[in-house]
Amino acid sequence: MSDTNFDLVIIGGGPGGYVAAIRAAQLKMKVALVEHQHLGGICLNWGCIPTKALLRSAEIYRQMQHAKDYGLSADGIGFDLKAIVDRSRKVSGQLSGGIGHLLKKNKVTVFDGYGKLAGKGKVAVTKDNKLITTLSAKNVILATGARARVLPGMEPDGKLIWYYKDALVPNEVPKRLLVIGSGAIGIEFANFFHTLGSQTTVVEMMDRIVPAEDAEVSAFLQKSLTKDGLKIMTSVGVKVLKAGKDTVSATLEVDGVTHVEEFDRVIVAAGIVGNVEDIGLETTKVHVDRTHVTTNEWCETDEPGVYAIGDIAGPPWLAHKASHEGMLCVEKIAGLKGLHPMNTDHIAGCTYCHPQVASVGLTEAQAKERGHKLKVGRFPFQANGKAIALGEPEGFIKTIFDEKTGELLGAHMIGAEVTELIQGFVVAMGLETTEAELMHTVFPHPTLSEMMHESVLDAYGRAVHF
Amino acid sequence: MPIEILMPALSPTMTDGNVSSWTVKEGDTVSAGDILCEIETDKATMEVEAVDEGVIGKILIPGGTEHVVVNSVIALLLEEGEDAKALDGYTASSVAPAAEASVAPVEAAPAVAAPVVAVAPQQSGTRVFASPLAKRIAADKGLDLAQVQGTGPRGRIVKRDVEGAQPSVAARPTASPMVMPESGTFTAIPHSNMRKIIARRLQESKQTVPHFYLTADCRIDKLLDMRKSMNAASPEGEGAYKISVNDFVVKAVAKALVEVPEANAQWTDDAVLQLHAVDISIAVATPSGLITPIVRNADYKGLAGISAAVKDLAGRARDGKLMPEEYTGGGFSISNLGMYGVKDFAAIINPPQSCILAVGAGEQRPIVVDGQLAVGTVMCCTLSVDHRSVDGAVGAQFLAAFKRIIEEPALMAL
Repeated sequence: MSDTNFDLVIIGGGPGGYVAAIRAAQLKMKVALVEHQHLGGICLNWGCIPTKALLRSAEIYRQMQHAKDYGLSADGIGFDLKAIVDRSRKVSGQLSGGIGHLLKKNKVTVFDGYGKLAGKGKVAVTKDNKLITTLSAKNVILATGARARVLPGMEPDGKLIWYYKDALVPNEVPKRLLVIGSGAIGIEFANFFHTLGSQTTVVEMMDRIVPAEDAEVSAFLQKSLTKDGLKIMTSVGVKVLKAGKDTVSATLEVDGVTHVEEFDRVIVAAGIVGNVEDIGLETTKVHVDRTHVTTNEWCETDEPGVYAIGDIAGPPWLAHKASHEGMLCVEKIAGLKGLHPMNTDHIAGCTYCHPQVASVGLTEAQAKERGHKLKVGRFPFQANGKAIALGEPEGFIKTIFDEKTGELLGAHMIGAEVTELIQGFVVAMGLETTEAELMHTVFPHPTLSEMMHESVLDAYGRAVHF
Repeated sequence: MPIEILMPALSPTMTDGNVSSWTVKEGDTVSAGDILCEIETDKATMEVEAVDEGVIGKILIPGGTEHVVVNSVIALLLEEGEDAKALDGYTASSVAPAAEASVAPVEAAPAVAAPVVAVAPQQSGTRVFASPLAKRIAADKGLDLAQVQGTGPRGRIVKRDVEGAQPSVAARPTASPMVMPESGTFTAIPHSNMRKIIARRLQESKQTVPHFYLTADCRIDKLLDMRKSMNAASPEGEGAYKISVNDFVVKAVAKALVEVPEANAQWTDDAVLQLHAVDISIAVATPSGLITPIVRNADYKGLAGISAAVKDLAGRARDGKLMPEEYTGGGFSISNLGMYGVKDFAAIINPPQSCILAVGAGEQRPIVVDGQLAVGTVMCCTLSVDHRSVDGAVGAQFLAAFKRIIEEPALMAL
């Protein structure tokens, strides 16, 4: 590599880094991207995408089991776990290759190696602990992402105690599965393995599952999963995991009383920590707070010329947040006019269990905490024609408005395909529409989206079909 | 190419105006100097003359259209030899250069048929882009969106722009909601531009200018004697004059301002501007509202000159024919309601001026002269003063000078 001078060097090729690289190339910067493992990052290789592939298999399997409900017959329904996993890996592989092409097309120079800050405007690239090259750039973006939080005493052994990477490539469906943590990752894995036949228990330290969601959604999901046969334990701590030969004893604490339960496998999904180690931060003014780099609204760190985006830079831990920060950060570096900091209240989150969960903005409790007087609307799937026709009458859409201004503060959905519906409210929030414009909007019939309309109408006592 | 007739700017600050009426119709042949239409601005009606000769091809903005943005095309003139086909190319964009304000309605119909073309919903004359939420919050607060700087995409006003903003005092709505009387029990008179300007400026003045008031009784027996003999001496025909009491007031104010120039002042945020010229605004009531034409350099004019100037300005003001420069500016105002029998009143300062003199009726009253009761003609005058620029003592000095001069009108001859 002869040319080592760039306008911008990006460390990390996940959804933050590669999007930032392409945007920078569009803005005529000379860009280098340093990635040591896989383009597309965790999201594409070990996160969002491969789990969606697994869950799609589970969903079809579930549908096949209900074929009779639709007047269909399906005998001898079964699955081949290896084929399911292979499909999932293939999907990731295809997309990762696609990122490589996109970067090439945009003339981004990709360095296969480990990037580390090495003095002002310098990034050392190593491969197998050998220095390959040192790059120079006026600006460096840290996009190194995050990894699963490893709980002490619950270190992954690749055999009995799994973290997401193990859970993505299982060689068998565990008979008894314990999932620690009920955030999006925990719930999705629980849902996948449960659908394929695992006797699944989910333990959550907080008093409700998917604790980031609106409390009504948590309650609805818990009821739905329980009805499905999942065992849900909230306000429960896992004290000890003791791996035996082929089983794990878990010491669970409920209300200060501990008891031991046996499981065949355990999946730990207890949050993430930022990848801040060994990237040369110690030589800079970059401030690290609890494994995350402190940045301002323009993704600038305390070190001039060093930026951070995505999971390394703080919540929410979402690929789309990383990508947006990547674009914003690069546009700021390029000096584009009329930029606006990202509004984290307008970032939606999606969980792909059955029923699906999607939300944007404030929960009802958060909205009240911020002093809003509220108008809250709800509309159930059971009153929507399309939902009934689909055979998916389970779920609801909840909308929360500020009573005084009509500002849409939050939208919370649970039910079929809500992960595809939520962006309608995201756009509405981004454009600062009030209830009046949403009410005036004509929603196509028959769609699930009609429930969004009805929910808004309901907030003002005007729901038509319920 | 047809010649575009544009909405003229009648003053440097004019952003839009009303096309009141057309005196020509499509197909009429006009030559340079012919009157085409009347334009109404905030304070006056102006006739627009043809600059070129030709045939009126198309009237794009019909008479009676309000808020036509300056430089919009209001009509098209066909040059000699051009036929009506030349008008075909005129589409939305060439009709209204102030595109933001007018694209939508123009596109909707051939411009001739559009009842209102360049509608400017805000006084600034351009459409205000704001999110629905920002509009709602602004309305709740009584905030004028035209005064808000938008920071959203392409300058759109968004929530964060209006959240921190406070309404100007003038724009804040009254606390109790206005209850409209039952329909049929009133006649709604739409606000003319002039009415809006009067409302805005005087409300702003009364609410933001710290007024104080000084009142003095002025004995005008000598003035009345002098007026009587002066008017009696007026020649017949050319050169005839008839000096009014008000003309004496103007002259006395002019002389007093020369003596106390501190009262001939304007308040600005950075400095008090003490004006060099003695330009006196005279409040004139017209059918459409109050207007204040200016007697320029009143200190250099004699009584006959002042009288002639006031007569001319007031007459044209009533007809709505004043030129903008004839009513913009001025350093001091006089409002005289004496002819209505008003004894005494306090006027609202005409910003950015600092003083206005309210003149009541001259009336015979018992007065004490050298310890003896006597009958004298007394005129009560109240000076309203902006305390930011003129302090009490300065206002009092001015009023004392005025009183001395008006009571001893011979001084006006000096």
